[in-house]
Amino acid sequence: MARNRRRTSEEKAPGAAPAGAAAGKGSGTAATAETATDAPLLEVCGVVRHFGMLAANDDVWLSLKAGEIHALLGENGAGKSTLVKIIYGVLRPDAGRLLLHGKPFHPASPAQARAAGIGMVFQHFSLFEPLTVAENIALALDDAHEMDALKQRILQVSEEYGLPLDPDAMVADLSVGERQRVEIVRCLLADPRIIILDEPTSVLTPQEAQALFATLKKLAAEGRGILYITHRLEEVREICDRATIMRHGRVVEEITPSEHSARQIARLMVGADVHAVEAPPPADLGVPALHVRDLTLPADGPFGTALFEVSLDVRIGEVVAIAGVAGNGQRALFAALSGERLAQNRGAVFIMGHDVSRLGINARRQAGAAFVPEERMGHAAVAEMTLAENLLLTRHAVDDGLVRHRFIDHDRVRATAQRVIDEYDVRNAAPGRMASALSGGNLQKFIMGRELDRRPKVLVVNQPTWGVDAGAAALIRQALIDLARHGAGVLVISQDLDEIFEVADRIAVISRGELSAARPASELTREDIGLMMAGAHEQRNGGDSRRTQA
Amino acid sequence: MMVLEKRPAPSAVWSIAAPLLALLVAVVLGGVLFAALGHPPLKALYIYFVEPLTSFWSIEELLVKATPLLLIGCGLALAYRANVWNIGAEGQLVMGAIAGSAIPILLPEWNDPLALVAMLALGMAGGAAYAAIPAMLKNRFNTNEILTSLMLVYVAGLFLDWLVRGPWRDPMGFNFPKSVAFEGWHLLPVISGRVHLGLVLAGVAVILLWLVLSHTRAGFAVRVQGTSAQAAQFAGFSARRITLGVMLFSGALAGLAGIGEVAGVIGHLQPSISPGYGFAAIIVAVLGRLSPAGVLLAALLLALTYLGGEAAQLALGMPAKVAQAFQGLLLFLILAAEVLVHYRVRWHRAGRQRGSTA
Amino acid sequence: MNGLEAFLLTVIAAATPLLLAATGELVVERAGVLNLGVEGMMATGAVVAFAVALMSGSPLLGVLAGALAGMVVVLPFVFLTQVLAASQVASGLALALFGLGLSGLIGEGFVGQPGVRLEKLHIPGLSDIPFIGPVIFGHDVLVYLSFFMTALVAWLLFRTRVGLLLRAVGTNHDAAHALGHPVRRIRTLAILFGGLMAGLAGAYLSVSYTPQWVEDMTAGRGWIALALVVFATWRPLRVLAGAYLFGTVWILGLHAQASGYGLPPQLLSALPYLATIIALVIIARNRTLTLANTPAMIGRPFMPER
Repeated sequence: MARNRRRTSEEKAPGAAPAGAAAGKGSGTAATAETATDAPLLEVCGVVRHFGMLAANDDVWLSLKAGEIHALLGENGAGKSTLVKIIYGVLRPDAGRLLLHGKPFHPASPAQARAAGIGMVFQHFSLFEPLTVAENIALALDDAHEMDALKQRILQVSEEYGLPLDPDAMVADLSVGERQRVEIVRCLLADPRIIILDEPTSVLTPQEAQALFATLKKLAAEGRGILYITHRLEEVREICDRATIMRHGRVVEEITPSEHSARQIARLMVGADVHAVEAPPPADLGVPALHVRDLTLPADGPFGTALFEVSLDVRIGEVVAIAGVAGNGQRALFAALSGERLAQNRGAVFIMGHDVSRLGINARRQAGAAFVPEERMGHAAVAEMTLAENLLLTRHAVDDGLVRHRFIDHDRVRATAQRVIDEYDVRNAAPGRMASALSGGNLQKFIMGRELDRRPKVLVVNQPTWGVDAGAAALIRQALIDLARHGAGVLVISQDLDEIFEVADRIAVISRGELSAARPASELTREDIGLMMAGAHEQRNGGDSRRTQA
Repeated sequence: MMVLEKRPAPSAVWSIAAPLLALLVAVVLGGVLFAALGHPPLKALYIYFVEPLTSFWSIEELLVKATPLLLIGCGLALAYRANVWNIGAEGQLVMGAIAGSAIPILLPEWNDPLALVAMLALGMAGGAAYAAIPAMLKNRFNTNEILTSLMLVYVAGLFLDWLVRGPWRDPMGFNFPKSVAFEGWHLLPVISGRVHLGLVLAGVAVILLWLVLSHTRAGFAVRVQGTSAQAAQFAGFSARRITLGVMLFSGALAGLAGIGEVAGVIGHLQPSISPGYGFAAIIVAVLGRLSPAGVLLAALLLALTYLGGEAAQLALGMPAKVAQAFQGLLLFLILAAEVLVHYRVRWHRAGRQRGSTA
Repeated sequence: MNGLEAFLLTVIAAATPLLLAATGELVVERAGVLNLGVEGMMATGAVVAFAVALMSGSPLLGVLAGALAGMVVVLPFVFLTQVLAASQVASGLALALFGLGLSGLIGEGFVGQPGVRLEKLHIPGLSDIPFIGPVIFGHDVLVYLSFFMTALVAWLLFRTRVGLLLRAVGTNHDAAHALGHPVRRIRTLAILFGGLMAGLAGAYLSVSYTPQWVEDMTAGRGWIALALVVFATWRPLRVLAGAYLFGTVWILGLHAQASGYGLPPQLLSALPYLATIIALVIIARNRTLTLANTPAMIGRPFMPER
């Protein structure tokens, strides 16, 4: 059935531009819909959008019906965000058109899209931290509201959909989950017929996600159409009625998710089989490569997270993963382990048996550790510098020969960069190319390779495959396991549970700056981890936490 | 409508062509300005930009004016690379001049080559110490170095004014606000005409800047710090040390320029010792795209604007301020042209905003 | 006229240009733009106001022309930072240097000419009350305007949708853009307002404070106004308090000079600049106050994908 519908779209495609415009409403809806009640709320017809040489959207077709939750799937860079921005009036298409309730629709701005009944919940929260919840919501409403009346409406809507909110709270003080509620309520206040959600669950615990699904099903049942962008395929199979899959700017397939396995869907997204990561059981575990004991760190600034008595061992030969929802102290933990921020006390961080608590990042590198932070651009790498210079970034103080007597040996730096490029399959790269010229996946391979090339004894990596295409992600995950099995301790901090189960031998969970005890991955389920993410193990905040932990 | 598209990598062609384009547009606008002031534009442009290059004397004069610009420009280029905005070079120049002049004024008896070396060293130390104030305030209290370094310019000027009207005034100077005239080894040796040893030192500064930026870990640290503070921290570079380092470097070179002006050109201290070299050097650094070779060429160009301004004043009775206005205009244009290095400009016709089916 | 009365009058006169310029810059920075060119806009406003007042004989016309000049001279900065997304710091410095040079060029022929002074308002009855009359009711229109504008900005910023938009743009321009708010148009208007206010501040100097044109007569006031915005942690009423504090320091220096305590006059002239540095240090020590109020986008260029 899904295939049928797709074929009708294709039949319509060639003559669509002039004929559709002339024929107007009647023929447009009749061509795509089998029955009158099935009439789409929104149709995307042959939309094309270029960024320079790149075709971000290349003849995209899609239809969204009332009452359905419709998934939009694809790898990073497949063109999902571009399409959504066109529908929401942020971007304009170079060619093609949109039909809303069968009528041509060309939103020149988000305000026009909102007026036409389209609402959007953004992936990167489009919230204003120093403003209150009510002010944030007022900014998305085009009719100027009286503040007190607005607050009443906020309370009303948040109650109706089970999304509790305090209109006077400052957004900066809210948790990630609460912020998403602000986004959703903001969207609902305009009473949209169409709701677009861009990766809404990537920041939620499994339990919070379930609550969101209930809200979404209620909204769909009210006759709204929901366009749902995600890369979590199990979710799609659970709640989505249909799914449109994009690759390289084109629609490759429209399917009914419940009829396909996650693996089949992944194959459609990537266009090829993704190599499964092989994780041989760890051999005899060696000494602790990384030993952390009662690491405590105050919050940096008003919006930071403090660390409280974090303890952890990573032994030679194993991969330990730290799961957790974003914003629970992952950055602070990474900074404290790398030495970008120093713990207050001695005896908190040991690398290969050396107490490095009071030493900076280069001394820790010299002790045998390597670090890969979450942000590629502007932290792990400098966009405006060449790959050779980016190699030097983490290796100027550790490798004999790259810098001698304060002078840089450029030939050697270039040769080393070339070696990393060759060995780690960094495509489209050369030592003299700018980091900004590389795709996310290739740059991440270079950044990982830069550290792996040193044969570190300890590797700490935060979000190793964030925003990386599936092929590169598989390669990077395999490299992490291989490094551990060849005699290093690897610590992976990640928000992606799929990734964690793929690579980890043991798993710990971080929540509000506290770390649970690490437990063997084989003993844990997603639900267990979800409970821990919600803070069940916390000593300071959770009530009967100690029992849960044991 | 004009649309800018980010280039994947900065354009090598435009990084050279952009400053030249800016200069060309500045010359054209300069012609318009001259015409607006009631002067025949071509003749005025000739007097302003070409005539100063036609005589040996004026080329010497060009080098005299380029010397401080080059020294300060080199220092500022390094500071701006680190994203440290020292705009108080004018004050550091004055403090360098004062510190260096302490020897001829307070120890007039000590008049040998070593005294001259001490003067230069003191000049650098004076400028560096004065630049250290905004650096330390920034490191300690996170105050904005732009504002603090600039406030210190006014303070330095008033300090110099007080000195030459008060304790350091030449007792035999008929109450003129100036110090004793420097003599012998208290003056910089002359290379040719009015061109003094400072030019050689400026050349050394250019080479030093090149060496530091391209071949040392310190220069690398400065460049990383300037493009991404977080990446610099990840690389293990100390932001505070870099801030202090580049401020000391740029302050020392400004101080050297200051003592160079006093001991090489003026020959005594007086209330005003610089026609705004410290500010013009900001333009030198930016126009030179913060690179050694660029700074060299930009210093010569800015020196020409001073010289041309004087020539235009003499020959056409044009206001002396024309040089400064022209320098500001040039800076605007460079910043605009700089965009071409990083972006491609495309023109969209206003009608073509939507799909053809609209 | 007694000593206190004279002192207060001079403090008000010294504070007014700072208040005008700083209030304008506050709006600019609240929108997320750092315009370091206040000194240049002020100087241009001063010379144009002086020239127009002199030639037309109408100081009010001069004031209007000065305000307009501030808005015109800031246009290259608008183009550089809003259209080309160039560095705001460098563009602001360019504006400062250009404005100073331009003002010198325009003012060359006016040096030493006696100017036209803006009349002080005389409200029959009220202005004649001893002490209170001259101190509260005896100023020219720009003094009252400076108060009115500060109050207006405070109200707009925190009580209206316009102010909410402005703060939103200065807090997170990507989010504002995604919601469909015209980031660059809002910023352009804010920058123009900053130009207008700096032009008015300059006009006050050359047609009211000292009705004459002297090169560099702004004497760093534009820079001090910038520092004042930081000192006031981007709050209009604190800008008002800060402007009067600085005005007092300025006048104390002058008074001490006149009364001749034997201190070098240069030291007293340096007081406002030293006070500025000290003020910056004091406010920087209070990190939470600064962090909570600093517009997060300040100095960051914005270029929407199109």
